[in-house]
Amino acid sequence: MTNQIKAAALAAPAVLAASAPAMAQSLDQTINEGFASATGWFVSFIFSPFPGTSFPWIVMWLVIAATVFTLYFGFIQFRAFPHSISLVKGDYSDPNDAGEVSHFQALATALSGTVGLGNIAGVAVAVGIGGPGATFWMILAGLMGMASKFTECTLGVKYRNEYEDGTVSGGPMYYMTKGFAERGLPAGGFMAVLFSVFCILGAFGGGNMFQANQAHAQIANVVGDYPGWITGLVFAAIVFAVIVGGLKSIAKVTEKVVPFMGVLYVLTALVILIMNANMIGWAFGQIFAGAFTGAGVAGGMVGALIQGFKRAAFSNEAGVGSAAIAHSAVRTKEPITEGFVSLLEPFIDTVVICTMTALVIIITGQLISDPNTGMYLLDEGASTIQTVDGNKGVALTSAAFSSAIPFFKYILAIAVILFAFSTMISWSYYGLKAWTFLFGEGQTKELVFKVIFCIFVVIGASANLGPVIDFSDAAIFAMAVVNIVALYFLMPVVKGELDSYLSRLKSGEIKKFH
Amino acid sequence: MSHKIVVGYDGSDSANAALAFATDLAKAQGGSIVVAHVLEWSPYSFLTPTELEERHKRRGEELDRAEAAILAPAVDSLKDSGLEIDTALKYGNIATTLGEIATESGADQIVIGRNGEPGLSSRVFGSVAISLAQAAPVPVTIVP
Repeated sequence: MTNQIKAAALAAPAVLAASAPAMAQSLDQTINEGFASATGWFVSFIFSPFPGTSFPWIVMWLVIAATVFTLYFGFIQFRAFPHSISLVKGDYSDPNDAGEVSHFQALATALSGTVGLGNIAGVAVAVGIGGPGATFWMILAGLMGMASKFTECTLGVKYRNEYEDGTVSGGPMYYMTKGFAERGLPAGGFMAVLFSVFCILGAFGGGNMFQANQAHAQIANVVGDYPGWITGLVFAAIVFAVIVGGLKSIAKVTEKVVPFMGVLYVLTALVILIMNANMIGWAFGQIFAGAFTGAGVAGGMVGALIQGFKRAAFSNEAGVGSAAIAHSAVRTKEPITEGFVSLLEPFIDTVVICTMTALVIIITGQLISDPNTGMYLLDEGASTIQTVDGNKGVALTSAAFSSAIPFFKYILAIAVILFAFSTMISWSYYGLKAWTFLFGEGQTKELVFKVIFCIFVVIGASANLGPVIDFSDAAIFAMAVVNIVALYFLMPVVKGELDSYLSRLKSGEIKKFH
Repeated sequence: MSHKIVVGYDGSDSANAALAFATDLAKAQGGSIVVAHVLEWSPYSFLTPTELEERHKRRGEELDRAEAAILAPAVDSLKDSGLEIDTALKYGNIATTLGEIATESGADQIVIGRNGEPGLSSRVFGSVAISLAQAAPVPVTIVP
């Protein structure tokens, strides 16, 4: 009897040890399955194709919007580009406003919310499915998206709320309510509520779960596989400490290190491109050929286009409305100036950084093509291109950089964690703004949102990439649906601001201070 | 002509020494004094979204605090000196902004205190005294 107990006691730890990984894996699985079945309907609706085609209506929606804004404002992204740079440098800033939020600071904070995994993992997803040609459509989407960003950020500043204590709140919710009321348009309040709901979902999705998911993938890629909920809990604890505990030190460190990592990332990509300078011409050849012929990728040319536009929109968030929240705190007498500054955001995010990632993946030969036909080989499901080690998402980018600079995967792991973290902090703020717009301000209400946000960190790290990326995309694009409708109705306001500002700039009424 | 002296003042011992030195100088020359405090600030620093939202409010609080805790006591300590006293409170790079204050107020010299030992950080990043000596638009006196 005593021996039996002893034996059982001895066996128990062994059983526990053996079952722990199994339990952990099944916990991940349970979360994943539950998540996929709960969000599937929403995803299918957002990405449903035009009847009789395979072209998702939402992608067309974004393309048309960016084209309309580009034409309506007469290619403002190219005309105003030099002036935007002067504004960021502070050439037009009144020295008496020193100590207030500068154009540079508003841009830097907005960028740290958008530069993130979209630039590293999202591009790998685009190129992995759509082939090199996706890059062309991504760059085009970035250039056009500059006009969407210009429109929404001008409105964000113009219709922001300035409270008596000196704090400000801005964003699509405010231009939908105040802007629509000013122009005598109906349904502004309804749209603001709808936008806020989608913004909260977007904060949980692309701004949170996708980040946690890919941060975990990257850590597992470096240290070996382990259950995602562990990463999730650690991340959730840190995010909790910052957004609930008010632990400013972590946020401050992140805000300082993230720009540095961004520059390091671009410089490393440049070094790899210079090392392979003779292949850059070939890579652009692949990009152009792929953009118009499809070069054998999943879905052909349309597949490349869809992937390029989807990932560009996901990365730079032009037309989504999130940037209008971030940019609205700047100190300026002219709302349009923040519009000019914000149009640099998709340029830096997509045209520069995303293109770097894509070129490195293409040039380092991660995508496998048939040596005889030059066509890319598809994997078994015929949905993605075969890669050298079967890598997807952030692992593909990591493999591409490491093949040129072996230790870079460690630096990239740190960069991914920091980018993920800063994006989560930014989106927790966007989500909170939408939340307080719906439910009102108050400590308990805000705490409820923040705790839910932290729970989603754990879910995101545990679930598989597929369902997470689908839901993240769907939520972010749902924001764009509502936001762009509002932008169409309010774009004459921006036009008025633009014409007035440009004429005063020309007449010399608006002068440089420096 | 009347002499105007800008004193870079932060409430520290060395700043008080500079203020005392400037006071004697102004009395001897029949001049006036501008007590200047600069809040270190770069428009190119990085802030979180919450910091952006609260910046305007915080700026007001910082200005009030500097006015009450630094400038007001200094002006108070000089009220029996019989000198004409002005104050200046600005954000910016300390050395550059002190130079700007001197130019704007038409001062003909700047007096600052020297802060402590020449440590590693001042060797790497430079000190206010050195930057001012290199870039100031008017003569600078550094009081130990």
